[in-house]
Amino acid sequence: MKFSEQWLREWVNPRMSSNELVEAITMAGLEVDEVEPVAGAFEGVVVGEVTAVEPHPEADKLSLCRVWDGRETLDVVCGAPNVRVGLRAPLARPGASLPGGMAIRRTEVRGQTSNGMLCAESELELSDASEGLMELASGAEPGADLRQWLQLDDQSLDVDLTPNRSDCLSIRGVARDLGALTEEPFEDLVPDPVPAVHSEIPSVRVDAAAACPRYVGRIIRNVNVGVETPVWMQERLRRSGIRSIDPVVDVTNYVMLELGQPMHAFDRAHVQGGIVVRMASEGEKLTLLDGQELTLGADNLVIADHSKPVALAGIMGGEGSGVSENTRDIVLESAFFDPVGLAGKARAHGLHTDSSHRFERGVDWRLQRAATERATALLLSIVGGEPGEVIEVVSEQHLPAQQTVHLREERVNAVLGMTIDRTTTEEILARLGLRVVHLYRDGWEVEVPSFRFDIALEVDLIEEIGRIYGYNRMPVTEPEGRLRLRAEPESRRPLDRVRDHLVALGYQEAITYSFISPEQQRQVTPDAEGIELANPISADMAVMRSSLWPGLLETLAYNQKRQQHRVRLFETGLRFERREQSIEQEGMLSALLSGPVASENWVNGNREVDFYDAKGDLESLGAMLGQSFRFARERHPALHPGQSARVYSDGQPVGWIGTLHPGIQKSLDLNGKVCLYELSLEAVLNGHVPHFKAFSKFPEVRRDLAMLVDEETEWAAVENVAREAAGELLTGLRVFDVYQGEHVKEGCRSLALSLFWQHPERTLGDAEVQELLDGVTNALSTRLGAQLRS
Amino acid sequence: MENLESLLEQGLNAVEASTDLKQLEQVRVDYLGKKGHLTALLKTLGQLSAEERPAAGQRINQAKEQVQSAIAEKKERLEAEAMEARLASESIDVTLPGRGRDAGGLHPVTRTLRRIEAIFGGAGYEVAEGPEIEDDHHNFEALNIPEHHPARAMHDTFYFNPGTVLRTHTSPVQIRTMENGEPPFRMICPGRVYRCDSDLTHTPMFHQVEGLLVDRHASFADLKSTIEAFLRAFFEEDLAVRFRPSYFPFTEPSAEVDIEWGREADGSTKWLEVMGCGVVHPRVFENCGVDPEQWSGFAFGLGVERLAMLRYGVTDLRQFFENDLRFLRQFR
Repeated sequence: MKFSEQWLREWVNPRMSSNELVEAITMAGLEVDEVEPVAGAFEGVVVGEVTAVEPHPEADKLSLCRVWDGRETLDVVCGAPNVRVGLRAPLARPGASLPGGMAIRRTEVRGQTSNGMLCAESELELSDASEGLMELASGAEPGADLRQWLQLDDQSLDVDLTPNRSDCLSIRGVARDLGALTEEPFEDLVPDPVPAVHSEIPSVRVDAAAACPRYVGRIIRNVNVGVETPVWMQERLRRSGIRSIDPVVDVTNYVMLELGQPMHAFDRAHVQGGIVVRMASEGEKLTLLDGQELTLGADNLVIADHSKPVALAGIMGGEGSGVSENTRDIVLESAFFDPVGLAGKARAHGLHTDSSHRFERGVDWRLQRAATERATALLLSIVGGEPGEVIEVVSEQHLPAQQTVHLREERVNAVLGMTIDRTTTEEILARLGLRVVHLYRDGWEVEVPSFRFDIALEVDLIEEIGRIYGYNRMPVTEPEGRLRLRAEPESRRPLDRVRDHLVALGYQEAITYSFISPEQQRQVTPDAEGIELANPISADMAVMRSSLWPGLLETLAYNQKRQQHRVRLFETGLRFERREQSIEQEGMLSALLSGPVASENWVNGNREVDFYDAKGDLESLGAMLGQSFRFARERHPALHPGQSARVYSDGQPVGWIGTLHPGIQKSLDLNGKVCLYELSLEAVLNGHVPHFKAFSKFPEVRRDLAMLVDEETEWAAVENVAREAAGELLTGLRVFDVYQGEHVKEGCRSLALSLFWQHPERTLGDAEVQELLDGVTNALSTRLGAQLRS
Repeated sequence: MENLESLLEQGLNAVEASTDLKQLEQVRVDYLGKKGHLTALLKTLGQLSAEERPAAGQRINQAKEQVQSAIAEKKERLEAEAMEARLASESIDVTLPGRGRDAGGLHPVTRTLRRIEAIFGGAGYEVAEGPEIEDDHHNFEALNIPEHHPARAMHDTFYFNPGTVLRTHTSPVQIRTMENGEPPFRMICPGRVYRCDSDLTHTPMFHQVEGLLVDRHASFADLKSTIEAFLRAFFEEDLAVRFRPSYFPFTEPSAEVDIEWGREADGSTKWLEVMGCGVVHPRVFENCGVDPEQWSGFAFGLGVERLAMLRYGVTDLRQFFENDLRFLRQFR
């Protein structure tokens, strides 16, 4: 809601500066978004009257004008196409200054003297329009200071209203609030009825009474639409951000701004038969004022004549039925459309108008007749004409019910957390137009006025009391609560521990968007049934991620392009997948490694990371959490088929680890090897409570073993057989060397194991250890064909 | 016996002349060993008369002790010198960088969230989380935002189908908690939220923390103290805080919270909007099965990136999701 401060002050004029006024209404919940002077900073500009125009002898597009400034006639060179004898336009005389600091002085234009400059609106920063000179009303007094003549020492306030405050979508409403805040008297405007001079009334039939409980119409005959809208009205409209169209439309807009009632004027000649307010039939067409053709649905309320819709009710008028330069008789419409019935309808057609904005939020449902009278009076004073009787079609049962609300003093105090005395409450209610209709011992019965659509409950009134009293005057008290201890399951690991561990391992946390492009989705998780947004912000953010890897890969690419080559990233967050009919949203931990193992340094080699670096980090994480993961060779579409594994915990698959598939690496234009892992957070965070086991006091014995195995034989198989054969006394088993090459038979590799045994109650003897070791050697040889390496 | 004096002198000289532990050991063997000079002298005692023997023995033993203590002293000195030499030879350039791995870091949003969780956690607020793909009921209806309510237009919502949306705030988590539990409640709900909006100051995804306290007598005045205390704790500054009436369908009275943030060009206080808050709307309680006559509460919500920007001086919101390492590394 944008309006002129001057206009508001005409209603309620508290003794405060502009800044204070802006602050006051902002702090009452009418947030002033912008304060803008209504004109640029200029001085010395007066009304000038053009008394003669001759062509410039040297330039086609320039004219030599004689301009009367009330004291003398000046020669002024002018290039505007609309300059003509009799025109009154702003004249900047020598000595004047224009916005931006431009000083006007006597000058020569192509050999002709110019004693000043005739100005366009844009040159005075009155508007952006620069089509020729600003045309002042014919009554403008030559020589009058333009700032005073147009009352330009004013500013436009743009208030960002919350959707509940439809009552403030008018000067009247804002003034009422300002009056309540400042305790300045607010006098409502009650327009006098304009007597009819003829008895013609429009034929009005309301078929959709629920959607249109009240329809007020009036015929005004013989209007003169050729006249100009008075400057004061044009100026008020302009300062409210509304362009002047023609005097009839200007008046309806003016009344909308002043009182909050959107109105429409039809050319009576184009309303065939009479007005019918009805629901559209499915597929019915209507071309709007702006030329847009709509296909209507049965839920669209229209204003129709006896043959076709002429307006989309409460939203926009139709093409051809509005007022034009040929209009003689008009039909004024002032209706109350039900907010619920109209909700979302404009938006569904991609429309949003000043009218729909108000109707959707709620227009004072008692205002229609008063607005008609106000508009009639204004119209008569501008375009003349003969008003007829007012017709009002009303369905009382469909109008909002007259509500009252029981307000308890004790609740006011409880909700606000302070004691507000009864008198203060009553004064605030009264100033807001909230009438107390009954006094109770515990409070009041308050009538909800027809302009307040946001009041139905006691708490709605409490808010009003708090708002006008002032939030910042209210006390500050500390809440009281119970000191309740909460459950703290020890087996549940905090996510922060996981994050901190990864940070200690050198990973940087990233946060990437939860939506990715369909290509990324197909590339990394082609088997997942993705979940697509119906209204994505862009094509590359159109589908919910089924893995966190695409975001990390994109982050890697982004950083590689910025010379960051050693990259370790992790992210935690949800992955999304459709499974049967339900949507799975699973918390994941994902990580990515790329580039050298360490940053370039003077000690270590600068090896690139590989699978085992990633696995080592993952195992370290597991060890920190008291989890032991099992890894099984399985294929994942995003991973190198020879370097990928599924991660298991307690027999359940919980994630993946591997080297990025070289095909994807190439298509993403990534440099170097990329290793990835991803784990279900649930699996990671669910640990166990430790349980102590006594350990042996006797020495542990170590024996090493080097075995030749087929190169296809996985370590896991060797480990399993060795563990099984080593018996219960085994306390540890490690691989400490893996070798393939010279001195090892082709197709074989050598694995060096160390085995640790310990007896709980005694020291193990050499012979029995040898026996255990032989058992392992034999098992490996018989079950895996392994040979002891000499 | 007459050569005892000269033997002693020779012995002591030999000790002094030793330059390493090996030579010193040889001296010990030469003089004090089984066949050493002084030991040999002891063996000559038998040739002396019974009267002379004790005094002579004593003198020899004294000589042995003198040599022994000279050896011990010398040994200590030699060892100390050896240690000195070793230490000198093992000296390194301690200014060369260490061999450790590079440290990583948390995302500034996580860092900020931890801070917020810690501040509220101290007062017993529990952290609750929930789904990001939400149903219309939890994201809107239960929060007193019926279909076609103009407030829905305030939330540019991403949707999948008419009943399923990406949550536009973390308030649905509060609804779920209230639906499934019994008051009193004290919780904060951090997490990702989504709005269909993208420009210089909006990203389609960002983080929110919404808080809720429900108890017997929670009031607007209680809310004010909580918000003020939080903002002052977060910024570690005694900031001026003001409450501006506003509108949210799920709270009433509702307020937007501004903090003092420097000065305007004309010298007046510059206010920055940082949070929204209010007293829980009775309809929200009813929708969650909480009796609004018995319980009252307040709720608040804040944008995590916005607070992080103010706290750490970040000027471009979009940097939070570009994940440029040069940006991320600054928040360690």
